[in-house]
Amino acid sequence: MPVVTLTINDELVSALDGELLLKVIREQGVKLPTLCHLDGLSERGGCRLCMVEVEGIHRLQSACTTAAREGMVVRTHTDRLVSYRKMILELLFAERNHVCAVCVMNRHCELQDVAAKAGVDHVRYDYLATGLPMDTSHERFGLDQNRCILCGRCQRVCDEVEGAHTWDVMGRGAGSRVITDLNHPWGESRSCTSCGKCVQVCPTGALFNKGVTVSEMEKEPEFLTRILEGREKKQWSR
Amino acid sequence: MPEAEAPARKRIATAWLGGCSGCHMSFLDLDLRLIDLLAAADLVFSPIADIKAFPEGVDLTLVEGAVANEENLELAHRIRANSRIVASFGDCAVTGNVTSLRNHLPVEELLTGLYKAGSGSVPRSGEGAEILPELLPRVLPLHQVIAVDAFIPGCPPDPDRIWAAVTALLDGRPVPSVEGERTFG
Amino acid sequence: MRVADLKTMAEQESAALAVFRARLLVCYSAPCLAAGADAVREALEKEVAGRGLAADVQLVSTGCLGPCSRGPMVTVSQPGQADAVYEKVTPETAVAILDHHASQGPPADGFRMSPENPFLTRQMRVALANCGLIDPERIEDYIARGGYGGLAHALHELDPSEVCFEIKHSGLRGRGGGGYPTGLKWNLVRKAPGAKKYVVANGDEGDPGAYMDRTLMESDPHRVLEGMAIAGYAVGAEQGFIYVRGEYPVAAQRLDKAIKAAERLGLLGSRVLESNFNFRIDIRIGAGAFVCGEETALMASIMGLRGQPVPRPPYPAQKGLWGCPTLINNVETFGNVPDIVSKGSDWYAASGTPKCRGTKVFALCGQVENTGLVEVPMGMTLREIVYDLGGGIPGGRAFKAVQTGGPSGGCIPASHLDTPVDYEGLQQLGSIMGSGGFIVMDDRSCMVDVARFFMEFCLDESCGKCVPCRAGTVQMHRILTRITQGKAGPDDLEKLEALCEMVRDSSLCGLGQAAPNPVLSTLRWFRDEYEAHIHEKRCPAGVCRLTPSEGGER
Repeated sequence: MPVVTLTINDELVSALDGELLLKVIREQGVKLPTLCHLDGLSERGGCRLCMVEVEGIHRLQSACTTAAREGMVVRTHTDRLVSYRKMILELLFAERNHVCAVCVMNRHCELQDVAAKAGVDHVRYDYLATGLPMDTSHERFGLDQNRCILCGRCQRVCDEVEGAHTWDVMGRGAGSRVITDLNHPWGESRSCTSCGKCVQVCPTGALFNKGVTVSEMEKEPEFLTRILEGREKKQWSR
Repeated sequence: MPEAEAPARKRIATAWLGGCSGCHMSFLDLDLRLIDLLAAADLVFSPIADIKAFPEGVDLTLVEGAVANEENLELAHRIRANSRIVASFGDCAVTGNVTSLRNHLPVEELLTGLYKAGSGSVPRSGEGAEILPELLPRVLPLHQVIAVDAFIPGCPPDPDRIWAAVTALLDGRPVPSVEGERTFG
Repeated sequence: MRVADLKTMAEQESAALAVFRARLLVCYSAPCLAAGADAVREALEKEVAGRGLAADVQLVSTGCLGPCSRGPMVTVSQPGQADAVYEKVTPETAVAILDHHASQGPPADGFRMSPENPFLTRQMRVALANCGLIDPERIEDYIARGGYGGLAHALHELDPSEVCFEIKHSGLRGRGGGGYPTGLKWNLVRKAPGAKKYVVANGDEGDPGAYMDRTLMESDPHRVLEGMAIAGYAVGAEQGFIYVRGEYPVAAQRLDKAIKAAERLGLLGSRVLESNFNFRIDIRIGAGAFVCGEETALMASIMGLRGQPVPRPPYPAQKGLWGCPTLINNVETFGNVPDIVSKGSDWYAASGTPKCRGTKVFALCGQVENTGLVEVPMGMTLREIVYDLGGGIPGGRAFKAVQTGGPSGGCIPASHLDTPVDYEGLQQLGSIMGSGGFIVMDDRSCMVDVARFFMEFCLDESCGKCVPCRAGTVQMHRILTRITQGKAGPDDLEKLEALCEMVRDSSLCGLGQAAPNPVLSTLRWFRDEYEAHIHEKRCPAGVCRLTPSEGGER
C-alpha cells in the first residue's frame, strides 16, 4: 500500500493510502472522542463524535469511516467541531434516562467519560425521561434500554466476532430499540451463546452482569483486540 | 498608618430544593476551609442556618436539588431575583438526577400508587393538601426554570471541587474546568 | 423480436387504432377514480355497447393525465383532429361527449377544458409524454408511440460509450433532487472495474404531496423499463432492480405486468432485440421507510438488510449492491432517457437553461387553482408555474410561499417568485428542487407550523443510526412545538438555530443533513413570524393556538 502525506491540525503526517483517518489522527496523539467505534469491530459512523473538517469537502466527515488520501488537510478541533461534539453528547444524555448516580457503570462509563472530557457541565435540551422496559430474563446478564445509546457495538460484536447475530435493532428514529432474536426475551433466545461479549463492549450501563450494584460494573472492551489477535495467531489459551 | 479599607464582605447563600442534602453534607466537608470562607463572607440563607426568608442582595447562591414542586419553583424564582450569581450545585440541580427518576410517570399515578392506595402513610388523600406543596408534572433541572450562571456537577461534588468553584465565583472568575478532573453525570 | 418486428408492430398498432372514429381515453388514476372515473367508464361501456359502436369507438383506461383537481378526466382522440380534453366528467356528461364525437350530437363544450388553458399549452411533456394517452397495461400502446425505439437504436447503432456520451451531452441531471449529472454517473459506473454491475431505479418517492414517480410508474411503466435497459447496456449491467415504494401497489402491479410483457417480446431478458445484450429487471418493494429513498439505505434494503444509510464514499458507482458498481437513478431520470436516445441529445439540450437542460415534473398542490402534475422546461419561473399553469390562488387570496423539495426543501417567499426554476436557483434561496413537490401556501398558512410539520415528518422517518438526526430532530420538534404553543422562551430561537446548523453539518445521510432546511428557510424569510409567536404570543396567520404559560411547565 503506498504511503501518503496529509496535514492534520497544521502538522504534516504520513499514513498508508486508504488507512482510516481516526487511526492516523490518534497515532498523532490527538484525542478524538468516539462511542460507536471500537477496535476490532467494523466501523459504523453513527455517533458522529469523531467528525473532522476536511478541506475541500463541504460536509463534516466521520474520521472512523474516512480514508486518508494524499494531500488531505484535516482539522480535528475547530470551534465548530468542539461545540458540535458537546451538543451531540448533550442530546444523548437528554434522549433516555441516564441517571448516573444510580447506574451500575457510574464512573466507569464511556458516555460519562467522553462528556466530562468534552467539557459538558449541563444539558441544554429537554430530558425526554423514557420509561423503557428492562430485560432481566437472561440468567447472567441484564439489559436496561434506558441507558442504551444505540451505538450498535453489541450487534456488531455478536454478529462479527461471536457469529451468533442475536442482537439487532427494531423500530426507527428515537423509537429504535436493541432486541434479542425477533424481540424475544433474552433469556429465551435460542441464538445467544451467553458469551457475554456484548456486555463487555457496551459503553454504558445498558448491558450489565446481574448481581452488580451502583458503580460496581467494570468492563474490558479491549479483550476484543486480544481475542481477535489470538485468533489470527491461533493462540487458543492465554 | 491609615487602616486599609476592608473589602466589602460577600453575601453567600445555599438553598435546598428537591435533593437528598448530600451536596450540603459535602459542603460541610469543607471543614476548616469553612472558617476561611466565613472570614470573607456572610452566610445569609441556608438550610444549615435558621433563616426563614430568602434575603435580597446576595452575591452567590449555591442551589442544591432539582425543581420538583411548587415551593421549589417559587424559591428558585426568588433566588434568581435576589442573587447576582446562581450556581447549580450538584447533579440534582444540574441534571434532575435521582429526583427526576419519577418523570416517566404521571404525577397522579405516582401519588396514588405510592401513598393514596399504597402502603405509604402520609399523605392520605385529601390530608395535608394545604400544607404540602403540589408536585410539578415533571422534575426539572434548575437551568430549565431560571437562568443559571455556573454549574458544579457531582453526586455530590467533592469538597475540593466545591472550594475551587466557590472561591473562583467569589473572585469573579468562571468555575475552573481542568481536563482530567472534570466529571459529568 | 428484431428491430424490424418492433417497427412492424408499431405500424400495425397505429393502423388498428386509425380505424376508430373516436378513442375515448378515460383517466383511471387514483385522483380520477376517487372522483368517480369508474362510473364514467361504466356509463360509456354501456352506451357504446347499447348503440353498437364497439367497432367505431374505443374505450381506453389510461394512466394520469395531470390536471388532478379537475377529474374525472376524459380525452377524446379522433383522427385528423386535436385531442379534446374534458374535465369533471359525470356519467351523464360522458354520454353527451360520446354523442358529440361518435354520433354528431351537440358539442359538450361546457365540460371541455379550453385548448388554450396554460395548464395544457405551457407544458413540455417528455417523461410524461404518454401519461394519460395510453393504456399502461398494453405494451403495444407504448410501442405504437415509438416505445423501445431508443433501446433498439442504442443496441444496434451505438456502443456503450456513445450512449453515455449522448446522456452526458443532453445535460440531463438527477431528477430525484440531487441534480448530479446523469451522464457523468453513467460513465463512472461504465468505467468502474467489476465483472458484475447493477442498475437501480429509485421509485421510493416519499415527499409529502409528491407523486411524479408514482404517476410515471403507473401510467407509462415501459418508459422506465426502457430507460433502465438503455442504462444497463451503457454501463455493462445485466441486472436491474426497480425499488417501488410499498404504498404504491398499483405501480408495482403495472411494472410487473410490463416486465413480463417486455420479456415475452424479447425486449428484456436474454439477447434483447436479438443483440448480445441481456438484461433482467426485478421489482423490490419498500416497506414504508422514507430513508430508503436515500441511495445507500435503498441498496441495503434491496440486499435484504435493515434500510439504513452508510457513509459515502465509497459511492454506489464504486461499491454498491453486493460490493459491485451500481448505477442508481430516479424513476423520472430514467423516464427521460428513451427520448434522449431516440431523438438525440441535441433535441433534449435545446430546452431548459444552460446549466439545467430539459424538463422537470412537479406535483402542484396546496392553495392553487389547478392542482396536478405538470412537466415544464427548466428555467420557467415560479410565478409562471403558480399563476399560469396553476391558475393562481383560489378565492383571490394572497400568495405567501411555495414549498419545494418536501421535508428536505424550503419555503420561498413572494419576493422571489420570479426566480427561474433550476437546481442552483432554488438552492440559492435556501430550498432545493428535490423530487418535484410544489406546495403553494396562501396567507392562511403559518410558517412556523409548516416548519413544525416537516420536522415531525423527519423525526418520524429518521432511521435512528446517527445521533444528530435521531435525537436532534426530536429536540428541534419540541422547540418548534413550544413556539407554536406560545410556550417558548427568548433563548429558544437561538437554541433552535444552533441545533439546525449542527444537525445539517453532522448528520450521516441526506435525510438528517436536509431535515433543518424547512426551519432554516422559514427563519430566513419569515423570521418575524417566529418572533411574533415567541415575544408577542401571537400567530400572525391565525393558525396556532397559543396558550402562554409561566416557566416550569415543560
